[in-house]
Amino acid sequence: MLAGVRPGRRRLMDAAFLLLGAALIVLSLGTLAALLLDLVRDGLPRLTSGFLTSFPSRKPDQAGVKSAIVGTCAVMFVTAVTALPLGVASGIYLEEYARKNWRTAIIEINIANLAGVPSIIWGLMALGLLVYALGLKRCILTAGLTLGLLVLPIVIVATREAIRAIPQGIREGAYALGASRWQTVRHHVLPYSMSGILTGAIIAMSRAIGETAPLITIGALTYIAFLPPSPVTSSPPFVSLTWLESPFTVLPIQMFNWVSRPDARFHANAAAAGVVLMFITLSMNALAILLRYRSRRAIRW
Amino acid sequence: MTHKVMRQGAATLVLLGWFAGTTFGQATVRIDGSSTVYPITEAVAEEFMSANPGMQVVVGISGTGGGFKKFYRGETDISNASRPIQVAEMEECKKAGIEYIELPIAFDALTVMINPANTFVTSLTIEDLRTIWSPEAQGKILKWSQVRSEWPDQPLTLYGAGADSGTFDYFTEAVTGKAKSSRGDFTASEDDNVLVQGISKDKNALGYFGFAYYIENKDKLKAVPIVNHENKPVTPSEASVMDGSYTPLSRPIFIYVNRKSLDRPEIRKFVEFYLKEGPALTKEVRYVPLPADAYQKGMERVAKGQIGTAFGGHSETGLHIDELLKRPLSTEPRK
Repeated sequence: MLAGVRPGRRRLMDAAFLLLGAALIVLSLGTLAALLLDLVRDGLPRLTSGFLTSFPSRKPDQAGVKSAIVGTCAVMFVTAVTALPLGVASGIYLEEYARKNWRTAIIEINIANLAGVPSIIWGLMALGLLVYALGLKRCILTAGLTLGLLVLPIVIVATREAIRAIPQGIREGAYALGASRWQTVRHHVLPYSMSGILTGAIIAMSRAIGETAPLITIGALTYIAFLPPSPVTSSPPFVSLTWLESPFTVLPIQMFNWVSRPDARFHANAAAAGVVLMFITLSMNALAILLRYRSRRAIRW
Repeated sequence: MTHKVMRQGAATLVLLGWFAGTTFGQATVRIDGSSTVYPITEAVAEEFMSANPGMQVVVGISGTGGGFKKFYRGETDISNASRPIQVAEMEECKKAGIEYIELPIAFDALTVMINPANTFVTSLTIEDLRTIWSPEAQGKILKWSQVRSEWPDQPLTLYGAGADSGTFDYFTEAVTGKAKSSRGDFTASEDDNVLVQGISKDKNALGYFGFAYYIENKDKLKAVPIVNHENKPVTPSEASVMDGSYTPLSRPIFIYVNRKSLDRPEIRKFVEFYLKEGPALTKEVRYVPLPADAYQKGMERVAKGQIGTAFGGHSETGLHIDELLKRPLSTEPRK
């Protein structure tokens, strides 16, 4: 008990803090709900199947988000395929393998700093390195790699946090049974930290899907009325990677363009595109949460 | 083990080589540049693609300057520009061996707006605008009565284009005589809809933005007639912009075509389509088309491959379209 504070007052402070906390939650969730409601109210009338299957158009009633949806999904796929394995592997290396010396200390500080670099800087870096120096086209591959680099530090930091939460005794137990370092990581550390890693992956991908600035820098388009070539072909080897070098647009860019149009009917289109973007983000997150749930259920310590 | 590593290495090299070696979009018309020109080019692209299935047109928005950067790197075939090409850009084009054909394609009129509740302003002269917008007015000209003594002693709130836009460049050049020279204490936005909102809710407001935004919001805003060089107050309208009497706040906007790209049939076809269908589509997206002979002249430039600019690398305000079309073209910057 704190000296000089009467029990009645302590209880009062307790109740006051509870009230403050509850009020803040209501305020923040209320704001979010109001924003979402407003977005859905503006966008819902435009959310027809035609909107999802049409290309952009100067006529607001005929404009759609087909190319933007495909572009967003394609770019996110490249981002996930590059950033997630690389980020998780880096996290494992830094936590489980790397010696703790000044070199790893510098790397650690840099990764923490990189996680806070503004996205436009990543865009400029990608323009200079990927487009100008390496000669990549302004295409889906470049966009995916750019966003991959952007979220890589987030994935690394989240992976390390998740791994660090695993009790040292687990590793020692594995070593005691003669497991190698890789076996320990593969069969114990990784499965147990999977739910934390997946949470990091959700945050990283959710950040990437809403990014506009770096994609504009590397040349995302605003008007594109055709889709990238299909990844599946009818002749051997049945898989084609040419879609990677296709020009593209993404949902946030389409939204931004519509919001700035003079005709108010385009603003409704922007709201509808916002709902679509939110739906894609939420379903992506739902998938990760499902995986996380299953990985948690499998753990029995 | 080593074999596996070597095989993987070789595969990676092949993959990298394939990325570096392929060039996408040989059958694609690649366009980028100004957001002011974008709605017209988008409309033309849409119509062109529905008239010519199998041909692909892509349009980006990276601003007039950003568009030219891609243009002289050879990454685009056509550049949308809300101002003429400038000296530095002409030199970059020359260095890169890029020859360009300058085609005026429409008018953009800047409109000075007030709140409909404002009844005392019936017209503004360029001198009035200079009093209001010059850098010296910052923090000093804060009331309507300071602009003209017969106007009421009410606060003056200002709305204008963001400093990165071509609209800002053109307005400041036309009003103060120097691009980007403006007072800084006003509500600035790159998004003209924000300005529309602001002016429609503030009875002391004055602001400027593109004509298309005024047309869409006629019920919420009042356009101020601007006194032209003949001392006549002129309201911005399709007619007054086209006949050149709404001056100096109207300007031609352009597309620049890479001459070498014109050798590709789809580019030539697209440019010809642009000049033929452009006027009707321009009207549809709320811009003002040029007089018919301007498009005729454009066709001629394309047919004869006449390269160069009529401006010598410098922006001008209050230039009549007829005079612009009569001028000789040159790729040499004018001193």
